[in-house]
Amino acid sequence: MEALTHHALLLSLALFAVGVAGVFLRRNVITVLMCVELMLNAVNLAFVAFSRSLGTLDGQVLVFFVLTVAAAEAAVGLAIVIALHRNRDTLDVDAFSLLKG
Amino acid sequence: MIDAVLFYAFAALALGSALVVVGQRNPLYSAFALIVTLVSLSAIFALLGSPFIAVLQLVVYAGAIMVLFLFVLMLLNVKPEGDPPAGKGVLRTAAFLLVAVLVAEVGTVLWRATARVPPVFDASPRRVAHLLFSPQYVYVFEATSILILAALVGAVALARKET
Amino acid sequence: MPEAILEDPILNALPFMVLLLPLLGFVVLALFGDAIRREGRSFGACVLACVTVIVSFGLAAWSVVRLWRLLPGHDGLRFAQPTLGRGLADGLSWIDVGGLRIPFSLLLDPLSAVMILVVTGVGAIIHVYSLGYMAHDEDRVRYFSYMNLFTFFMLLLVLGGNLPLVFVGWEGVGLCSYLLIGFWYRKKSATDAGMKAFVVNRVGDAGLILGMVLAFHAFGSLDLVDIASNAGSLAPEALGQVGVVTLVCLLLFLGACGKSAQIPLHVWLPDAMEGPTPVSALIHAATMVTAGVYMVARLAPLYSRSATALAVVAIVGVVTALMAATIALVQTDVKKVLAYSTISQLGYMFLACGVGAFGVAVFHLFTHAFFKALLFLGSGSVIHALGGEQDMRRMGGLRTRIPWTFWTFVVGTAAIAGIPPLAGFFSKDEILEGTLLAGERGLFAIGLLTALLTSFYMARLLFLTFFGRFRGDHETEHHIHESPWSMLAPLAVLAVGAAVTGFVEIPAIVAPAFRFPHVEALHVAWLPYAATLVAVAGIAAAGYLYLLYTDLPGRIAASLRPLERLLQARYGFDEAYGWLVRHVVVGGSQSLLWKGADVALIDGAVNGAGTLTLAVARMVRTAQTGFVRGYVLVILGGAVAVLGYLLWRP
Repeated sequence: MEALTHHALLLSLALFAVGVAGVFLRRNVITVLMCVELMLNAVNLAFVAFSRSLGTLDGQVLVFFVLTVAAAEAAVGLAIVIALHRNRDTLDVDAFSLLKG
Repeated sequence: MIDAVLFYAFAALALGSALVVVGQRNPLYSAFALIVTLVSLSAIFALLGSPFIAVLQLVVYAGAIMVLFLFVLMLLNVKPEGDPPAGKGVLRTAAFLLVAVLVAEVGTVLWRATARVPPVFDASPRRVAHLLFSPQYVYVFEATSILILAALVGAVALARKET
Repeated sequence: MPEAILEDPILNALPFMVLLLPLLGFVVLALFGDAIRREGRSFGACVLACVTVIVSFGLAAWSVVRLWRLLPGHDGLRFAQPTLGRGLADGLSWIDVGGLRIPFSLLLDPLSAVMILVVTGVGAIIHVYSLGYMAHDEDRVRYFSYMNLFTFFMLLLVLGGNLPLVFVGWEGVGLCSYLLIGFWYRKKSATDAGMKAFVVNRVGDAGLILGMVLAFHAFGSLDLVDIASNAGSLAPEALGQVGVVTLVCLLLFLGACGKSAQIPLHVWLPDAMEGPTPVSALIHAATMVTAGVYMVARLAPLYSRSATALAVVAIVGVVTALMAATIALVQTDVKKVLAYSTISQLGYMFLACGVGAFGVAVFHLFTHAFFKALLFLGSGSVIHALGGEQDMRRMGGLRTRIPWTFWTFVVGTAAIAGIPPLAGFFSKDEILEGTLLAGERGLFAIGLLTALLTSFYMARLLFLTFFGRFRGDHETEHHIHESPWSMLAPLAVLAVGAAVTGFVEIPAIVAPAFRFPHVEALHVAWLPYAATLVAVAGIAAAGYLYLLYTDLPGRIAASLRPLERLLQARYGFDEAYGWLVRHVVVGGSQSLLWKGADVALIDGAVNGAGTLTLAVARMVRTAQTGFVRGYVLVILGGAVAVLGYLLWRP
């Protein structure tokens, strides 16, 4: 594999790993959502890198869609966060444990 | 040559600010760091020969989504977290362990990859649009617009004050 | 065996009409009973019930005449329910499942012809008698409805063309017996007796059902004619050999024991005397109890193939005859004496079957119907005259007070004792002849002894009731009166029957139904004289003890106290059954089945399943932490695992 593509993929992996760790370790709901966005971006990078490497444009189209969906998801996710905040007056992930059996 | 330098610079920037996103206690600062990451990634997209995507990233992601995040953060008047952001105990160990395994796995994939010379590549908006509106993807495209509509309605319904 | 000739559908419907008329009577009386009583039309309703049986008798006679005209060359007629142009094969069926087809078919052959004439004839006479006997009973409409229902079921039993239909009739008469025994339901002893009769019958019926199932398995058909014709093709089973045929015969015989009150299922019949006397006459003397004999006779071709079954039948019959006769010696209730006498005479009928003389058994059934019904109705007349008294120790000297009853009773007693030329003499004589011809000296001896006892206890009954001084109280003595003509006329008719029916050659008439190869009938010359001698001796002995030296019976009883106690206790059957039911059935069910199986096993399993589920759920519940980050960890772990599998799978 060409060096550029290879390095881009490594970067993508690193960003993804950081995002995963963030989802785990952060207590604020909004920060968690931002880490999810980080993961999505890492994946976008991977798509673009492969698109270039293979010479097809499908990767670009897919990134387009991922972008759109991420936007929708961020909007709805933040609306949920607002609703949660209104109910519990806290944004701590651990506080939402009503599902405890 | 200059490409390589630019690439590594932006890559370092992206990775660094990603670490800031995760490591920073104040969510507001995390948001700003994320914006930096997004912009660097946009630059990297451009370097990888995808100008359309690069601009789209800037406009949609950095320009709209992150602004939304900032709105909500300021609306809810979020304070910095008390506990160390790295978490504690079992969860921390388990997280690091699993991430390590994940990295190992993906690393193996990349390790096994074979060398290839990339062909000539034209990712201009015209070409991308051609593919996007072709029968292969046009239905998905339309479906996505419905998805956005649904998200719109959902967000409004969820965030509304109960009166 | 032809199907009914189809040229005249109305005549073909005759047997069905015979059957259904009494049923119609029942339906009318049962449905409109309350209205009838309110309108004060009870008597009319009762007359209607009598009319249905009388007309049924007329139709039965007509069918029999028609049968006779066709008989040469045929051995009977089969009737499917009368739908024009359809025969047995495609008529209406009761059950039509897989390989089993049970049509509503009736069988009219010499044997069933005799039976329907007896059932409707004697039945009609008893219905008329009941008009007088039950005249003062408020509930007589219900009584007559049950009597009609009984007649229907009994006719179905003897006319049924296949075993299941016979069984329907069988169960039906058992039901009516229960209803009629417990007719005066406010009396606890009556309801108890009804239940006892039904339950004991049920025990026998279990054997009957098993026998039917086995018969179907062996023959592939439950049609009576098919079974009879196919029996001839089976290999005969020797004494001691228990094959399918023997098993079928023995199981069916168990049912017969229950219905015909043979040992050990005889305990219900004496208690059945709780019912009105005409009921005892009809059901427990002339017709229902003879159903067992009818069934064995009907399946004669089958029974004659199994030496073991025949031996069992004969032995049970003769032992029952003897035991019942001995018990009758010490009974003080008039009806009880007659009840045990019935059991004893039924034993004679089975003895006849057991030695292969099936036609003679039917002959005795025929004559017995007349004289036993006569005796029961006569005793009913006595009881009526004495205002309800049934104990012989408080009777006596009635022959001048109620002469009609007395003279008809004399005829009946002489008939049962076997005095020639009355009916009982001929039939009993032929039974004893049958045992001798079969080479069974032992059975003959016991049979002869029983005949002696029979004439003794019957004469005892006669003398105690009608002769000597009246031993009751004054009040009763004042009211002694002869019964109304509605009760006396039947007595007269039955007396004539008891006298002359001995001359009807029943064995020859019913022989074609058995499909035996024709054998010349032999005769034992000295037997009639010996039998008569025995009968006279019995009467003489009774006269000696109860007319002349009246304190002797008491002294004999005192000196033979153990024997007397055994007889008084009726050989302890009731006590034994009571013990068995209380300890084995009820006790065993409680400790074993209830506490053991039901509570421990079944409840334990069901409750245990519930407890187990709860326990497991409690364990599983701990995974629901509500801790979102924990859930994320698990998701990640799963994703990593899947990825690893995909990468490094072998």
